[in-house]
Amino acid sequence: MNTVWLAIVVLVAMGFAYQFGTQASRRAAVSSATKLHSLPGHYGMLVALWLGIPALAVILLFALFGDTVVRSLVMGALPPDILALPQAELLTVMQRIQALASGFGVLGEPAAYELSAAERLRTLQTTRDLALVAGVAAAAAAGLVFALRRISPSLRARNEVEAVVKILLIGCSTVAILTTVGIVMSLVGETLRFFSYVSPVDFFFGTVWNPRFVTVGSGSADGYGLLPLLWGTVLIAAIAMLVSLPVGLMIAIYMAEYAPPKLRAVAKPLIEILAGVPTIVYGFFALTIAGPALSGAGALVGLDIRATSALTAGVVMGIMIIPFISSLSDDIITQVPRTMRDGSLGLGATRSETIKRVVLPAALPGIVGAFLLAVSRAIGETMIVVLAAGNAPVLQPNPFESVSTVTVTIVKQLTGDIDFASPQSLVAFALGLTLFVLTLGLNVLALYIVRKYREQYE
Amino acid sequence: MSAQAEPKQPPSSPVETGTAMTDLTKPVVAADGAGAPSAQPHGANRVEPKVTTTDVKVFYGSSEALHGIQTEIPANQVTALIGPSGCGKSTFLRCLNRMNDTIEGARVTGKILMDGEDIYDKSLDVVLLRARVGMVFQKPNPFPKSIFENIAYGPRIHGLAKSKGELADIVERSLKRAGLWDEVKDRLKEPGTGLSGGQQQRLCIARAIAVSPEVILMDEPCSALDPIATARIEELIDELRRNYTIVIVTHSMQQAARVSQKTCFFHLGDLVEEGDTDQIFTNPRDKRTQDYITGRFG
Repeated sequence: MNTVWLAIVVLVAMGFAYQFGTQASRRAAVSSATKLHSLPGHYGMLVALWLGIPALAVILLFALFGDTVVRSLVMGALPPDILALPQAELLTVMQRIQALASGFGVLGEPAAYELSAAERLRTLQTTRDLALVAGVAAAAAAGLVFALRRISPSLRARNEVEAVVKILLIGCSTVAILTTVGIVMSLVGETLRFFSYVSPVDFFFGTVWNPRFVTVGSGSADGYGLLPLLWGTVLIAAIAMLVSLPVGLMIAIYMAEYAPPKLRAVAKPLIEILAGVPTIVYGFFALTIAGPALSGAGALVGLDIRATSALTAGVVMGIMIIPFISSLSDDIITQVPRTMRDGSLGLGATRSETIKRVVLPAALPGIVGAFLLAVSRAIGETMIVVLAAGNAPVLQPNPFESVSTVTVTIVKQLTGDIDFASPQSLVAFALGLTLFVLTLGLNVLALYIVRKYREQYE
Repeated sequence: MSAQAEPKQPPSSPVETGTAMTDLTKPVVAADGAGAPSAQPHGANRVEPKVTTTDVKVFYGSSEALHGIQTEIPANQVTALIGPSGCGKSTFLRCLNRMNDTIEGARVTGKILMDGEDIYDKSLDVVLLRARVGMVFQKPNPFPKSIFENIAYGPRIHGLAKSKGELADIVERSLKRAGLWDEVKDRLKEPGTGLSGGQQQRLCIARAIAVSPEVILMDEPCSALDPIATARIEELIDELRRNYTIVIVTHSMQQAARVSQKTCFFHLGDLVEEGDTDQIFTNPRDKRTQDYITGRFG
C-alpha cells in the first residue's frame, strides 16, 4: 500500500514538473530571443519524464529486492544452530519471526532469539521504508534538476519524448509476447514432467481414457489415451461447423449483397449480439432447452438421441459461432472489388450468378481463413461442452451419444481435491499443450491463407 | 477538375444550355435537309442510329446528375463522350446498359430506344440487355480465374456453346478479335490477373465480345494504360467498329479525335454540343466546347 501511495505522489509530482518544464522553456525562449525547437509542452513532458522515470525505477527496485535484502539481513543475525536447521524448518522459523514482527503473534512461547530477530526485522523494515521514500525523493529531485538545467531552445525535446514513447510501446508489446512465451514454457515444463510418468506413445495413441487415482511414482500408465478426447473434440467441432458454416455464410451473402442499407444497419449488430452471449449461458441453454428439444425431435423420427450428447453441444456451439463466420465472411465479401461485380453484371450475369461464380470464388481463400479461425474457436470452447456433451470419454462413433473433449477433461482433472504433482493433474498440461499446438497450427494456417488472399487485390 | 470548372458556369446554366443546344442543332438539321429529329450532322456518312435517347435524366438520391440528354448513337461507328470530370458522361454511358440500376439510390427517367425498343421498359430483361450491350471498364477487371475461364464466363451463363469444342471456338475467336490470341494461346490456363495491364484490358474486351454484343460501351478504357498499350487498344477499337457499335468515354481529346467518328461534349450534366468528330475538334460552335478542347479548363 505504501508503495502505491508513493507512486501516486510521484505521478502528481510529474504533473507539476510538466508545468515547470513548460514555463521554463517559455522563459528560455524569451531570454535567448530564439525560437524553441519543440513546443513548450514537449519540454514539460520531458521534465516530467526525467522526474518520473528515475523515481519509479527506485520504487520498482525496492519492490523487487527490498524484502529479500531485509530477510537475508535478519537471517544473517540468527544463531548458528538455528541456521544449521534443514530448509523447511528454517522457513517455519522465518514465518514465526515475521508473524511476531507484524504483531500477529505465534503459537507457544516465542524463543529469545525469535523475539530479538523480530525486533530486528521491524527496525529493518522501518529503515527500508524510510530509505525508499528518501531514495525516491532524491531520484526525483536529481532528475528534475538535471532536466530543468538542460532546457534550452536548441534542446530537441520532441524527439526525446517520442523516443521514450517508442520505448513504452515496445515494452507493452514485449509484455504480450513474453506472456505467450511464459505460458508455452510452463506448459512444456509440466508436460515433460507428465511424460516422465506416462510414455508419449501411450498418451498420443492410447484409446482408453480412465486415469485411476494412483499414487505418485507407482508407474501406472494406464488409461491416459488422448484419442477418445480428441475424437470428442473433433466430432463436436465438426457438428458445430456443419451448423455454423452454411448459416453464417448465407447470412454474410445476404448482408453483403442483398440487404438494403437500413436493414443491414439494424440486423448486423443484432446478429453480432449472439457473439456477446457468455458461453456459460449457451451452456445452460443447451442443457435445459436445446438438449431436451433435440432428444424429443429425435424420438419423433425414431432416433435415440441423448439430451446431453455430441449433437447437442455441437449444435449449440455452432449457433455460438454463427456471428463469427458471418461477420468475417461479410467483411471478406465486401472487400471483393466492385469492379469485379460490375464486370460480371456487365456481361449479363444475374446478381446470384455473379455471387456464385465471381464473388464467392474470389472471396474463397478469405472464407477458408475465417472457417479455420472458427474451427480453432470451436476446439478451444469449454463451457458449452462441460454442460451439454455428457462427459463420457469413450471412443465411439455415434454423435447422439455422450462424449467428452480435451477442454472438459482439463477442467475435470484440475478441479476438486487434487495433488499437483500426480500424473492425474499433470496430464492437464499435456492436454493443454496439445490443444495449444492444434489451435496455433490452425490459426497460422488461417492467417497464411488470409494474407495470400489480400495480395491478390493490392 | 469539376471544382475548377463549376465557378465558370453561370448559375442559370440549364436554361442557357437548353437554348444553346437548340441554337446549335436547329441550323444543322435544316442544313442537312432531312428535317426529322433523328437527323445527324454527318453529311455524307449518315447512318442509321443504333440507340436514340430522349430527355434522359439521372438522379442520385435527390440530386440530378444528367439534365435531359437527347442524342443518337450511330450504328457501326465510334461515338466519343468527352467532357470534364463529373460532367455526367460516364453516368450517361451506364444508362445505355442499365448499369446504373446497380447503384443504390440511382433513378433514370426519359426514353432510351435501342433498335426502336425501350430498354427501360418493364417487360425487358435487363440481363439480356446487358448481353447485347457489353461493357469495358476504366480499370481492367479480369476475374480471378484462368484466361480461358474469363472469356468462357459470358458464353457459359448465357448457354451460347453447346459443347466444349464450341466453347473453345468462341474463346479463340474472341481472343483473336481482341488481338490477344497470339500472346496467350499457350497459356490459356494461367490466371488472367497475371497478364500486363494492356493485355488485361484486351482480355476484358475479348470477354465482352464473347457474348456477341451489338454495342460495346467503354468507360475510359485506356486511362490505366501506358501509351503503347493505349495505341494497341485504339487500333483494336477501330477494327471492332466494323462489327459493333462503340461508345467510348475518354478524357483524352487526342484519343477521341483519333478513334471516333462522332463526338458528344458533356458539361455539368448537359450535352452541350455533338457532331462529327472533325467538326467538333476543328470548328466547335459552343464557347465551352472550344475552351475545353483547347485546354482552357477541365
